[in-house]
Amino acid sequence: MTNWFYLHWRAFAQACSRLLAQPLSTALSALVVGIALSLPAGGYLVLDNIAGLARGVSGAPEISVFMAPEAAAAQVRAVRQKLDADVRVARHRFVPRDEALAQLERAGLGDVLGGLASNPLPDAFIVVPLGEDPELFDALAGELRALSGVAHVQLDSEWVKRLHALLGLGKTAVLVLAALLGVALVIVTFNTIRLQILTQRAEIEVSRLLGATDLFICRPFYWFGCLQGLLGGLVALGTVWAVVQALRAPVQGLAETYGTVFVLSGPQAPEAAAILGFAAVLGWMGSAISVRRHLAGDRPG
Amino acid sequence: MITFEAVAKRYAGGYTALAGVSFEIRHGELVVLSGHSGAGKSTLLKLIPVIERPTAGRVLINGQEVSAMARRAIPYLRRNIGLVLQESRLLYDRSVFDNVMLPLVITGHPPRDAAKRVAAALERVGLGGREREMPAGLSGGEQQRVAIARAIVNRPSILIADEPTAHLDPAYAHDIADLFRSFNSAGVTVVISTHDASLFAASQPRRLVLHKGLLVEGGE
Ligand SMILES: Nc1ncnc2c1ncn2[C@@H]1O[C@H](COP(=O)(O)OP(=O)(O)OP(=O)(O)O)[C@@H](O)[C@H]1O
Ligand SMILES: [Mg+2]
Repeated sequence: MTNWFYLHWRAFAQACSRLLAQPLSTALSALVVGIALSLPAGGYLVLDNIAGLARGVSGAPEISVFMAPEAAAAQVRAVRQKLDADVRVARHRFVPRDEALAQLERAGLGDVLGGLASNPLPDAFIVVPLGEDPELFDALAGELRALSGVAHVQLDSEWVKRLHALLGLGKTAVLVLAALLGVALVIVTFNTIRLQILTQRAEIEVSRLLGATDLFICRPFYWFGCLQGLLGGLVALGTVWAVVQALRAPVQGLAETYGTVFVLSGPQAPEAAAILGFAAVLGWMGSAISVRRHLAGDRPG
Repeated sequence: MITFEAVAKRYAGGYTALAGVSFEIRHGELVVLSGHSGAGKSTLLKLIPVIERPTAGRVLINGQEVSAMARRAIPYLRRNIGLVLQESRLLYDRSVFDNVMLPLVITGHPPRDAAKRVAAALERVGLGGREREMPAGLSGGEQQRVAIARAIVNRPSILIADEPTAHLDPAYAHDIADLFRSFNSAGVTVVISTHDASLFAASQPRRLVLHKGLLVEGGE
């Protein structure tokens, strides 16, 4: 076991020294990988912020149930019982027609309403459903619409639906971008490892003659790929962080003009770890493919 | 014990380098292999650590058929065989110390003990204290000694050297020959190919002579 650790440590040290031996090409590769990765990482962050913003601005979506003006008290009671019993309803509030009128008057519309002979407003329920699933809202609204005495059901979840669709689209776009740039990253690593193998040819051959296993030969290249990916990941993280810092103040100012408080949030620890892990795994993949392709030829025996 | 049983080697190009060679080398023997250029000396030596495989016949070491060994087992076989090839094959971007250290790194030898072994091996070939130098700064004979130190640092039971004195002045060549003789006295099986068999004549080695891929002396 100590032996295994020692061999890995050797390989790791060797990979580090090869990276440091060519600082310029190491830095360039890290920049290429990093800039490529910062696009999907930044995209993800934007989506995440929009989702958070949407949740904060409008609170939970509501369903308004308006009774028919001629609805009987028993019908109103039936609706109330239905709402009390339904598990999909988080909470609901009854707004009697008189209260609705009073509200409008308070809002300064009393003059308009004063000209009318009687109160034109119906009784209403404001229903807050559980969760954020637009389909669930549709189903609930449909059932409420079918109850007797109910004149109109207004679902204000349209925006939720649209936002969900948009966020879904954005997520797909980010995934496609990540996949494409991931492939590019693998290719970049593949190529650097190919060049590495060419420059290390003599050492590889001598090591084989002295009893080195395939794994011994390949290990430093795996580490090299991993480390290069990791460096790229750090560059991506730094780029995204810098952009967030630069945009934070203007976005906050913009939000204030709409009367909301919104602070752009940068990548958190789990997201940062995901970016670094993704980059390291891609680097490892690139090196593994390259090693397979370029070291298979000179296997003795 | 190294055994060749009717070993033939035909290269991909169609050239027959060995055409049915049989012999046996006992443990602790000193064997000198000679023959004209192109006779098949290097080919024969390469069959022992399975750098090449025979196209017919078998090569056995201590009863194990190495010529049919799985690829993945070959590195472990090589760790027990010291190799000095026709070209010294040193790494010129590494110090003498790192070159001799390489076999111990490959086996994952603990570094502190490994460093002692490297120093001892260099001492043994007369290069004590020259660890920090670079191979390019050494003479041909000294480079060959570094290659020999690298071959013995793992304390192999078999030492194979392909024309280790080829490019050396006669004085140097005698020193190197003495070195191999001393390893042999310590119990190591030594197999050396050379154009100049007289170098080893004094110690009356076992002689194998190849001619056009056939053993004309020392075979069975
Ligand atoms: N890898 C190879 N592919 C094809 N032919 C080869 C290969 N290696 C050696 N040969 C041929 O096999 C024959 C024997 O070569 P080998 O190197 O064994 O001879 P040798 O006795 O060591 O010669 P020298 O004294 O010049 O080193 C030569 O004719 C050579 O051209
Ligand atoms: Mg030869």
